[in-house]
Amino acid sequence: MRRPEALEIFQPASVKEACQIIRKNGPGGHFLAGGTDLVIAIKEKGLAPRYVVDLKRIPSLSGIGENPDGSLTIGALTTLREVEISPLIRKKYPFLAQSAAEVGSIQIRNRATIGGNMANATPSADVAPSLLVLDTKAKISCDGEERVVTLEDFFVGPGKTVMKQDEILTELIIPPTPAGLRGEYMKFSPREMMDLAYVGVAVALALETKTKKCQHVRIALGAVSPTPMRARKAEAILLNQVLAEEIAERAGEEASSECKPISDVRSSAEYRREMVRVNTKRALLNAGLGSEPISWLERRDKRY
Amino acid sequence: MKKKIRITLNGNVVSPEVPAHRLLLDLLRDEIGLTGTKEGCGTGDCGACTVLLDGKPVNSCLVLSGELDGADIVTIEGLQIGRELHPIQQAFIQDGGAQCGYCTPGMLMMSKALLDENPNPTEEEIRFALAGNLCRCTGYAKIVKAVQDAAMELRTRHTARQ
Repeated sequence: MRRPEALEIFQPASVKEACQIIRKNGPGGHFLAGGTDLVIAIKEKGLAPRYVVDLKRIPSLSGIGENPDGSLTIGALTTLREVEISPLIRKKYPFLAQSAAEVGSIQIRNRATIGGNMANATPSADVAPSLLVLDTKAKISCDGEERVVTLEDFFVGPGKTVMKQDEILTELIIPPTPAGLRGEYMKFSPREMMDLAYVGVAVALALETKTKKCQHVRIALGAVSPTPMRARKAEAILLNQVLAEEIAERAGEEASSECKPISDVRSSAEYRREMVRVNTKRALLNAGLGSEPISWLERRDKRY
Repeated sequence: MKKKIRITLNGNVVSPEVPAHRLLLDLLRDEIGLTGTKEGCGTGDCGACTVLLDGKPVNSCLVLSGELDGADIVTIEGLQIGRELHPIQQAFIQDGGAQCGYCTPGMLMMSKALLDENPNPTEEEIRFALAGNLCRCTGYAKIVKAVQDAAMELRTRHTARQ
């Protein structure tokens, strides 16, 4: 296994300082969060940074908080394990905690950060569909200037985001969600653990109390287009309708036709489409039941 | 680029000067001489290189030495209690939880991390925690049994102390 070559490592104490280091030192630098993608890129993909800027010493970048308006703020350097076990996230959005638990192993999740995972922009990232159905926004910072984009717009292509070289993803913001929101994330992969999603489907629904009609519908897909994507046509089918098997089936068909999968080592495009159809339907029906967080063995049983 | 770091390694404070790009795994094995930690895949998939970093299990093959200033690291060499094997080590021996032994240091460190957090795990919780530790010999049944037995022994000792 190839080893990293000599490099310099900076450990700034603030976002501003981190940006300045990149500006001062120029090309050949990389921001380092958990390193679970970066070090593998160095070992396997020939990446050879001249220097890295370790963001882990910036205190303001870590942690999960709830704001007075009900929105949540997740610091970009929060590890996936912290998202997985956070009592706040487990209570408010159990499917988001579960999607974090789907990534790699505990060892990986203790290092991998949610911001690093998003900035790496892998189409199959498990957390991305769950964040998309929560209308998550990304806060990007550079040298004192900040901008906020939707996570949907944040992704540009495989491994590509809207960020410039010297910009840092600092925060993910989950805006207040409708009361009674229920969600589900279904990862489809042949191995139960330690595998990438062949297809990932997240849904979030809010039902009208009396009529049980879907007032709020979000469906997002992973690993079936150049970026994690919303399935808006499928959402439109369910809006103001009562969730039932037949309409969930139709939404699944719509999601299957609006996704843009490729064939690769994991699966053919046709198979991915079919699995989008099936898993979208299952995710919707499971979310409709409004089940409590469950163990991974039960989750596995629900997948098939 | 050399960097002076100060770390606590198996309870002792050391201040080595290390190349920033050196992997924690290589720092332990090649520079400090603690060869108990093994390299399996080198990409964070197999868990053979698991060590505890600030109390949490991580893949040492994916950590750069330059990140480590101030870190508390425990390796398999630090698991033993005094001159005695740790109950997790004893349980792996007693139950045949090791065959070729290559995955064992990582298995033991991950099991330690699990039992520190959850002294009475179910079989399901043990399998979930060990998902990132591959063993190609045992079929895992005896490893799971060893973790269960170690948990029981640790709970008994804990109660005896109270």
